[in-house]
Amino acid sequence: MKKMTCSALGLAALAAAAFGAAPAATAQEDTIKVGVLHSLSGTMAISETTLKDVMLMLIEEQNRKGGLLGKKLEAVVVDPASDWPLFAEKARELIEVSKVSAVFGAWTSVSRKSVLPVFEELNSILFYPVQYEGEESQRNVFYTGAAPNQQAIPAVDYLMEAEGVERWVLAGTDYVYPRTTNRILEAYLKSKGVAPEDIMINYTPFGHSDWQTIVSDIKGFGSAGKKTAVVSTINGDANVPFYKELGNQGVKATDIPVVAFSVGEEELAGLDTAPLVGHLAAWNYFMSVDTPENAAFIEAWHKFIGSETRVTNDPMEAHYIGFNMWVKAVEKAGTTDADAVIDALVGVAVPNLTGGFSAMMPNHHITKPVLVGEIQADGQFEVVWETSGLVVGDEWSDYLPDSAPLIADWRAPMSCGNFNTRTGQCGGGTN
Amino acid sequence: MRMFALTLGLLAALLTSGAALAQPLEALVAQLPAGGYPDRARVIAAIAESGDDRAAGVLEALAAGELFALKADGRVVRGIERSGETVAVDPLTGAEIGPLGRRDGEKIKVNNALRRDIAAALGALTLMSPDPARRLAAAARVFAGADPGQIEALDAALARETDPAVRAAMMDARAASVMASDRPLAEKREAIDRLVARGDRDALSILTAAAASPDAALAAAAEAGRAEVERVRALWGTAQNLWYGLSLGSVLMLAAIGLAISFGVMGVINMAHGELVMLGAYTTYVVQEAIRAAAPGLFDWSLAIALPLAFLVSGAVGVAIERGVCRHLYGRPLETLLATWGVSLILQQAVRSVFGPTNKEVGNPSWMSGAFEIGQIAITWNRFWILIFALAVFALLLAVLKRTPMGLQMRAVTQNRRMAASMGVRTDWVDALTFGLGAGIAGLAGVALSQIDNVSPNLGQGYIVDSFMVVVFGGVGNLWGALAGAFTLGAVNKFLEPHAGAVLAKVLLLVFIILFIQRRPRGLFALKGRAVEQ
Repeated sequence: MKKMTCSALGLAALAAAAFGAAPAATAQEDTIKVGVLHSLSGTMAISETTLKDVMLMLIEEQNRKGGLLGKKLEAVVVDPASDWPLFAEKARELIEVSKVSAVFGAWTSVSRKSVLPVFEELNSILFYPVQYEGEESQRNVFYTGAAPNQQAIPAVDYLMEAEGVERWVLAGTDYVYPRTTNRILEAYLKSKGVAPEDIMINYTPFGHSDWQTIVSDIKGFGSAGKKTAVVSTINGDANVPFYKELGNQGVKATDIPVVAFSVGEEELAGLDTAPLVGHLAAWNYFMSVDTPENAAFIEAWHKFIGSETRVTNDPMEAHYIGFNMWVKAVEKAGTTDADAVIDALVGVAVPNLTGGFSAMMPNHHITKPVLVGEIQADGQFEVVWETSGLVVGDEWSDYLPDSAPLIADWRAPMSCGNFNTRTGQCGGGTN
Repeated sequence: MRMFALTLGLLAALLTSGAALAQPLEALVAQLPAGGYPDRARVIAAIAESGDDRAAGVLEALAAGELFALKADGRVVRGIERSGETVAVDPLTGAEIGPLGRRDGEKIKVNNALRRDIAAALGALTLMSPDPARRLAAAARVFAGADPGQIEALDAALARETDPAVRAAMMDARAASVMASDRPLAEKREAIDRLVARGDRDALSILTAAAASPDAALAAAAEAGRAEVERVRALWGTAQNLWYGLSLGSVLMLAAIGLAISFGVMGVINMAHGELVMLGAYTTYVVQEAIRAAAPGLFDWSLAIALPLAFLVSGAVGVAIERGVCRHLYGRPLETLLATWGVSLILQQAVRSVFGPTNKEVGNPSWMSGAFEIGQIAITWNRFWILIFALAVFALLLAVLKRTPMGLQMRAVTQNRRMAASMGVRTDWVDALTFGLGAGIAGLAGVALSQIDNVSPNLGQGYIVDSFMVVVFGGVGNLWGALAGAFTLGAVNKFLEPHAGAVLAKVLLLVFIILFIQRRPRGLFALKGRAVEQ
C-alpha cells in the first residue's frame, strides 16, 4: 500500500512537472494571492492606475511586516482595459485560474455590476473603493467608498447651513451614479422644503468638453435673487473643461459655489486652480488632512512611486482601509477561506487616515467621517467642515420611497442584502 | 435675586461687547484664530469697523490665506513667499519675524461666507483709495454686498469722485444698496431704473428678488423692470448662442480639418487622427514644462513655440503611419480602418506609458485667460483666439493647396493618379506628404485644444467621431465643406442645447445628419468631376 502511494505520488509529480504546473503549485503553498482588478488602459486608466499602484504598495508593506498567516502576499494584477464585460472575464480569471483570496478593484458602477454575478457564483471577496450611488448590498462585496449619505447629503446640508443656499443646480454626467444620486438629492431637497422650480437638473454626455451653454445657463439660473449652488456629479475627464469654463466665465465660488463628488486631488492635478479657490468637494479623506497616519501614508506613497509631486486621494484611502480590514479579518479567521473571512470582516475596525477608526458594518459598508473641503490655489483641499462623528454607510436610501423600507444585514440569521422591514421578507428590491 | 443676576449678566455682556468694538487692531488680529467661522466673522466685522488704516491690508492677507497662527505661541503672523521660502512677518507692521516652516503655523481658514464678508468690508474700506482701479473694484464689491449701511459711505465717495467709470459703478452699487434698504419708494424706483439700465445678470437677480417683495407698488415696479431686462437679455441671448455655436464650430473645424485632407482628399479613413491631435497637445505640455524649467519669462510665448513643434511631431508620426501602414492598404478601406484604429490604441498606450495616465496641466498664457464683454455677450479669450486660429489655419491650408507647387501636385494626384504619375509626379511621396500635412494640422489643433480640454491620453477619442461627422456632412474632399459643416453643426448644436439638453442635442444632431446624408449622400458641397466617378 505504502509503495503504491509512493508511486502514485511520483506519478502525480511527474505529470505535474510535465504540464509545468509544479512551480505554480509550490508558489500557491507559499503565498496568499491578492487580485488587483483595475483598468491600466482605456478611458478609466486615468483614475484606476493609481489604485493599482497603491495596492502594490500596501502588499509590499504587509510583506515587510512578515506577510499574513506566516505566508507572503503576492499581487496578481490584471488589466480589464476599461471594458465592462472584460471586467467579468478578468474577475473570473483571477478567482478560477490565479486562485486569489480576495480582489481589490473596479471603479465605475457599471464595472462593479458586471463583476457582481462572478463573485457571487464563485464565492469570492471584492473590495470596492469608490464612492457610489448606493441601492445595493451584496454578500461578496465590501463597499469601502462612500454611500450617498456619507458624501452627497452632508455636503448639501453644509451648503444649506453655512452658505444659505436656496436654489440648486444638480449637474451630472449621464449614467447610473449621477442619476441615482440626483434622484436621492432631489427627494432630500424637496423633503427640506425646496420648491421644484428651485431645482435644475442637467445631464451631459461622457467626456463633454463644450460647457459654454451650461455654465451660462447656470449663471442665468443663479440670477433669480436667491443664493444658488451647483451640486456636481460630473465624472472625471469632463471636469477639467467644466472648471476651466467656470473660471473663464468668472463664476466665483463666493457667487455660485460648486460642490463636487467626483473631483479629488488627482483630477485637480491637470488644472490651474487659482480661479477656482473656494469651490468645494465632499469626501471622506483629503490629502491635506493633518494627522500622523496620513503623513506616514503620503511619505510611503511618495517613496513607493518615486515622485514627490504625486497626490493621494479618497479612493486610495478606501483601499488602505479595505486592505487592512481584510488582513485583520484573515488573521481573525485564521484562514483565507472566503466564507470564514466574509463572516470575520463584519465588525472589524481599523485606523483610517483622518485620525479615527473605520468599522465594517453588517451591511458591508463602513463608517467614515464626512469632510467638506474648499479648493486652494495649490491644488489641494482645505477642510472647512466635518461631521462631528463617523457616519455609517446607508446602502438603501431613506429618501427614495422604494428603498426606504429596505435594510441589509449579512450576519446570521438574517443574511440578506435587501430585507424589507414592511413585509418582513428578504428580497424587496432589485438585488 | 434672579432678576438681579440676569441684569448683571446682561451688563457684563454689554460691557465686553463694547470693549470688543473699542479694541485696537492688534488685539482684534490676535483674536482671529480662536473659535469657529461665526466667531471669525464677528472679528472681521470689528476689524472693518476699527477705522484703522491697516485694516484693509490685514483683511486682504486673510482672504488670500496668508495669515497663520504660530503653533508655538499662538501669535498671528503673515506668511510671505520670498525667493522660494516662506517668511513670517508681522501682519500689521510688516516687520520680519523669521522663516515659517510648513508645520510651524496653522493657517487661519476662511470659507466662502467669510470671503464674501471680507470682500464687502474691503469694498467699504477702499472706496476712498487714491487708485481708481481699486476704487472701481471697491464699488463692484459693494455692489455684490448690497449692504444698506454703505449708502452713506457711497454718497461721500460719490461727492468727490471724478472718474466717470468709477462714478457709474458707484451709482450702481448705491442702487443695489438702496434696494436692500428700507428707503422710500421714490428712491427705490430710481434705483430700479438704474438697475434696468445696467441690465446684467446681477441686476436681474436684484430685481427678481424685489419683485417678490410684499410691498405691492415696489413689486410692480421691480416686476416691470425685470421684464424689461429679460426682454433685452433674450435678444442678447440669441447673439450669445450664435457666438457659442461659432466657437464650438471652430473647435470642430480645427479637429476635422486635418481629417478633411487625409480622409477627404486622399480617401484614407484614419482612425488615429484623434491621437495625432493628442500628440500636439502633449507637445504643448512638454514645451511648457521646458519653459517653466528654463525660461519662465517666455511662458506667454509657449503656444507660439509649441505650434511649429507640434506640427513637426504630429506630421512626422503621420508620415510614419502612411509609410508604415496605410501605403500597403490603399484601396482597401476596411483594412485601413482597422489598422489605423490599432495604431490609435498603440499611440494612446505609448503616451500613457511615457507620461502616465493622469491629466497633465497645460497653463493658459495670460492673454488667453478670462473673458471680455460686448454688450451682454461674454466672450472668453481662449475661445476667441481659438476661433481666430481656426480661421487662420483654414486660410493657410487653402493657400497651400491652391497656390503652391506641392498643393498643385496633391490635387493632381487626388484627381487622377495615373495621369499625374505619367506627368512625372512621384505619387507615393505626394501621398506621404499629403498625409503628413493632414497629421501636422491635427497637431496644430492639439495645441489649441490643450487650452480648453484635458491633456490626457484620451483627448483624441472625444474628437474622432465629431471630426468624421463634420467631414461627411460638409462633403468629402472639400475644405470649404469642412468649414461650412463645422460651423453649421456647431450652431445647430448650440441652438438645440438650451432647449433639449446636451445629451438630446447630440442625438438630434446625429439624426439630422443621417437624414441629411439620405437626401444628399455627398454632403453639403459635393465634388463634381472625374474624382466622383471613380
